[in-house]
Amino acid sequence: MATPASKPSAERADHGKRVLIVGAALSVVSTVLVAVLGGRFLPPGNGSVQATGQVLDNTVMLAIVTPVIAGLTVFFVYVLSQFRHRGGALVDGPPLRDDSRVRVWWLVVTSTTVLFLAGFGTYELLQNGSGGGQGPNPIAVPAGPKLPVQVIAQQWQFTYRYPTYGGLETPQLVLPANTYVELHVTSLDAIHSFWAVELGVKADANPGVDNIAFVKTNGPSTFHVRCAELCGLWHGYMFNNGRVVPEAQFTAWVKSQQRDFAPLLKYLPKYSTSYFPDPQRRAG
Amino acid sequence: MSVARRFVGFNLFTACVLGVGGWYAGWFSAHAVVGPSLHFFTQVDFNELSLVLGYIGGVLGFLIGLGFFNYPFARLRGYPPSLREKETGGIGRYFSLCTDHKVVGIQYLVGIGLFFFIGGLNAMLIRTELLRPDHQVWPAGTYLTVVGIHGTMMMGMMTSGILGPFANYLIPILIGARRMAFPRIEALTFWLLMAAGVILETTIFFGGFPTGWTGYQPLGTQANPGIDCYYLFFALVGVSMTLLGLNMLATIVTMRAPGLTWTRLPIFVWGVLSTAVLMVLAAPVLIATLSMALMDRVVQTNFFVAAQGGSAYLYENLFWVFGHPEVYILALPGFAIVLEILPVFARKPLWGYRLAVGGMLGVSLLSWFVWQHHLFMSGINADLRPFYMLSTELISIPTGLTFLCGMMTLWRGQIRYSVPMLFCLAWFFNFLIGGLSGVFLSDTPSDTTTHGSFFSMAHFHYTIMGGLVFTFFAGIYYWVPKMTGFELNERLGKIHFWTMFVFFNLTFFPLFIAGFKGQPRRVVTYPHGLQFLNDWVSVSAFLLGGSLLLFLYNFVKSLVFDRIPAPADPWGSKSIEWQLPSPVPVQNFDRIPVFSSDPYGYGEVGPTAVPAGAPAGMS
Repeated sequence: MATPASKPSAERADHGKRVLIVGAALSVVSTVLVAVLGGRFLPPGNGSVQATGQVLDNTVMLAIVTPVIAGLTVFFVYVLSQFRHRGGALVDGPPLRDDSRVRVWWLVVTSTTVLFLAGFGTYELLQNGSGGGQGPNPIAVPAGPKLPVQVIAQQWQFTYRYPTYGGLETPQLVLPANTYVELHVTSLDAIHSFWAVELGVKADANPGVDNIAFVKTNGPSTFHVRCAELCGLWHGYMFNNGRVVPEAQFTAWVKSQQRDFAPLLKYLPKYSTSYFPDPQRRAG
Repeated sequence: MSVARRFVGFNLFTACVLGVGGWYAGWFSAHAVVGPSLHFFTQVDFNELSLVLGYIGGVLGFLIGLGFFNYPFARLRGYPPSLREKETGGIGRYFSLCTDHKVVGIQYLVGIGLFFFIGGLNAMLIRTELLRPDHQVWPAGTYLTVVGIHGTMMMGMMTSGILGPFANYLIPILIGARRMAFPRIEALTFWLLMAAGVILETTIFFGGFPTGWTGYQPLGTQANPGIDCYYLFFALVGVSMTLLGLNMLATIVTMRAPGLTWTRLPIFVWGVLSTAVLMVLAAPVLIATLSMALMDRVVQTNFFVAAQGGSAYLYENLFWVFGHPEVYILALPGFAIVLEILPVFARKPLWGYRLAVGGMLGVSLLSWFVWQHHLFMSGINADLRPFYMLSTELISIPTGLTFLCGMMTLWRGQIRYSVPMLFCLAWFFNFLIGGLSGVFLSDTPSDTTTHGSFFSMAHFHYTIMGGLVFTFFAGIYYWVPKMTGFELNERLGKIHFWTMFVFFNLTFFPLFIAGFKGQPRRVVTYPHGLQFLNDWVSVSAFLLGGSLLLFLYNFVKSLVFDRIPAPADPWGSKSIEWQLPSPVPVQNFDRIPVFSSDPYGYGEVGPTAVPAGAPAGMS
């Protein structure tokens, strides 16, 4: 009933060229725009070296997906407007079933992109762990001295212990500026996730596990701490603020906290990488 | 009198009565018999045990009432094998055990549609809560239960969202068979799913559950008894999925008509095949995991209790070993529907058939090697993160092949914008955004920013709602005229499409920004600065809900009130189901057809895809 639509061969070649040229042009322009401007609006900010690194990673990711979006947009706008069926009777298109050039180029382009992404991600990850939780035996350990700080998550709040200051425990996180901090994240009950948004740190808090993340703070700033893993009834309210302060101010703060919490400190368990409160609450 | 007699016998009504009876029998046996005897050996939580046994008794009673045990008993007593259930005529078939694959397909469509509606209502409740940052419309516990039911219902029910209605209905027809390999098991998968859906809803009588659809431990161990409903729901869904997958595999492998070689199969059959492999292999892991979690509660084992030597990581690993293939179980049938429908409306052969098959099988295979990207921040196996980053990104190559085959099929076609085609084209847009946002999440450093935030939530709504649900609707608009024999209103369909497409994007795109700005998932409150974004999303979500109500209106209006008979082949397709009359007769074919090519021979000279005279409708 239907016959293949016949079109002159010259016009046929043009379709491919047009899409390729316009697609490539739009891809290049949009990618350059994203690469230049991306850092201004992409999270998580520059509270730490890791956060700045993630802004770069997010910019690279956006710069890679942008030409894909641009190219496919051009393709679809062209195809859907140019090749739409007009008139009443059904007409068949040309019976194209395969094209080895298209197939090979597509595979080459997607494979190259994917391998680049994996290579770039691995390189960035191994630099300094990029702020993610690395478990008890981290592989990406930055060189140099680090201030250990323990993050204890429980339903539904975070508390922080400073082992180098006599196991001091405080309800708020204060960190010295321009310092490498080694965060030891653990939980007393359910699984939580410690997310210091502007510092670019995220590490799950598992009961019985010492999950280590590294972060090098930049200048003084404030940041938000949120729980990023559903942990029960008041998960939504499990947040507070933290501060990055100059070195001298940090020392003064530690002194005041040691003084304020001295009566409590003697009732706390000894500093440990994990805690098992007794009794464990069970169902029923 | 005659009306009352309809309720007597093995049907849904009897099943509900026996289901409730079975629930109380199970509940009572736990207190009177099973609990005390078990208590002799181990610690038992009687409340938990009675609840679990109650539900098991309820499901057994439900199946007895539907008549699932009649045939095995008849066989034991020496009766010859038969398919009696197929012969029941009339509307009653749809409310009882029926082994006609076409009835099961329609049962699935309505049943799953019902639970999809409930899941959608839960989404509306979530967005109502999030209209205000600080004001609690629902108490926090209720809110979490709503979130949990929404997620669990969608992930559990919609797993069979395409395979249930469309594969059950179409696979035998597409491969030239009269039935599925295991017709009673086919019916069982449906009724198990319905029992499971009801069980999940009853969680509200036992305090709900706070864990979301992932049910992480040890949160699940300390939760209300309502969590048992979650475990039992998902375990039953797992059983249903395993059986459904098994049935599909057996049918496709063994029951193809003469001449239907592997390279002549419609691409939809290949999509179902690659999904079924995942179902058969992934769902048992889920059943085992949830059984362990249930034992932690009922008989006080310690699989997931860290303080007693268990591990919360164990649950996370086991869950995602199931959970990641699961999301491809959701996505792959969507790929298949798009590739099946595009050639019809572009009037061109499917481009790169082997590439498309390879792509879907590749996704199916690779989906087993990516699950720990859900645990990038968890601290487990940190040294394996580069591997999981690579494997996750590799999966975009076979997915990209689906895109390529679809795009090249459109190239120089004669494209008609009928409603099914519009939904398929929207799939390209949605899945592109969903897939590319996945690039951020697959990259561990970027994932540190976005993990567990609204960004990842927007990502999987783009892939699952934008990927699965849009193609689900494509399938409905495409195949329902064949399944019911009645046309769906085209104009209302187009209005439904455009409103759904626009409001879907207005709802979920801003969520990427909310995630970038630091809003974690599943929160009952959020910072005041994010109120504008959240309000925008809520209003769009309500309008999206309105669009789905419009579909419901169209569906009921067209099929119940208008009842305009559909022609046998309204789309001009060359596939075999369209060569049969609408709706398809009970035995599908007068004679088993013989195939000599694939169904995509648009614009080609030579033998047509369907041999003349073979199907019943042609003679």
